[in-house]
Amino acid sequence: MKARVVVTLRSGILDPQGKAIEGALKSLHVDGIKSVRQGKIFDVELDAPDRGAAEALLREACEKLLANQVVEDFEVTLI
Amino acid sequence: MNAAIILFPGSNREGDVFRALKAHGAPKIVWHGESELPEGTDLVVLPGGFSYGDYLRCGAIAAHAPIMAAVRAHAERGGLVLGICNGFQILVEFGLLPGALMRNAQLRFICRMQHIRVERSDTEFAAQYKQGQAIKVAIAHGEGNYTADAETIARLEGDGRVAFRYCDAHGKLAKSANPNGSINAIAGIYSERFNVLGLMPHPENLIDPLVGGIDGRGLFASLAAG
Repeated sequence: MKARVVVTLRSGILDPQGKAIEGALKSLHVDGIKSVRQGKIFDVELDAPDRGAAEALLREACEKLLANQVVEDFEVTLI
Repeated sequence: MNAAIILFPGSNREGDVFRALKAHGAPKIVWHGESELPEGTDLVVLPGGFSYGDYLRCGAIAAHAPIMAAVRAHAERGGLVLGICNGFQILVEFGLLPGALMRNAQLRFICRMQHIRVERSDTEFAAQYKQGQAIKVAIAHGEGNYTADAETIARLEGDGRVAFRYCDAHGKLAKSANPNGSINAIAGIYSERFNVLGLMPHPENLIDPLVGGIDGRGLFASLAAG
């Protein structure tokens, strides 16, 4: 089974990297971009008997390591 | 004082802190893969550096090293823990201290001298300083922008757990004296029981007049006297 985990900064947390990218896009005249937030993607292969078990496993991975829940949220999609 | 300096893959200031502590005993370097601290350890130091290459998030992987269970037990017993720079990042990832250290607001890695104000001098880490004193230390980090939710900040401030704030040479707080955008210019914080200190600056690098000053000595002298 494969999954994609997306980790993003919580709203309200300053994202200076996203801001810098946003500014760079503006200077490239890519018009119409209102804001940019940067995040991380993890493509995970896993060994789980069913979707429920896979989701539980990925949640554990996110809570223990992949995301810092002080400042980040995560989203799991099974592929 | 029996100090144990934890060495992670990618630590690089263990030698500096070893030198600062050598004046007060015989510190031991402990590999992160160990499961126990040397018997009689009074102080655990998590030194600066780039543990695991700062992969994922600074300190995130080191926070799960085998030795960290022993570090937590030591802290729970009331033992002293000092996390400097990457060590501070490890302590917040590990949950011994609250909040998080984000990318510097100006996005640049900063490596220079910086003054910090001693917020209180009635702790085991700062007894040799005066409250309100501005000390000159080194900073060298890309992710030192301290942040936490409003409730946590209110609790830290209310309980007097801010150890040091970035300031100018006269001890004054100013936006221009805050190098990384930290909330309330926070440079270091204590745990609830004041036995764990995490700070971004490097007091261990200011112990010799040949390399910029000796303002950092007070922290190690305080620990040794405590």
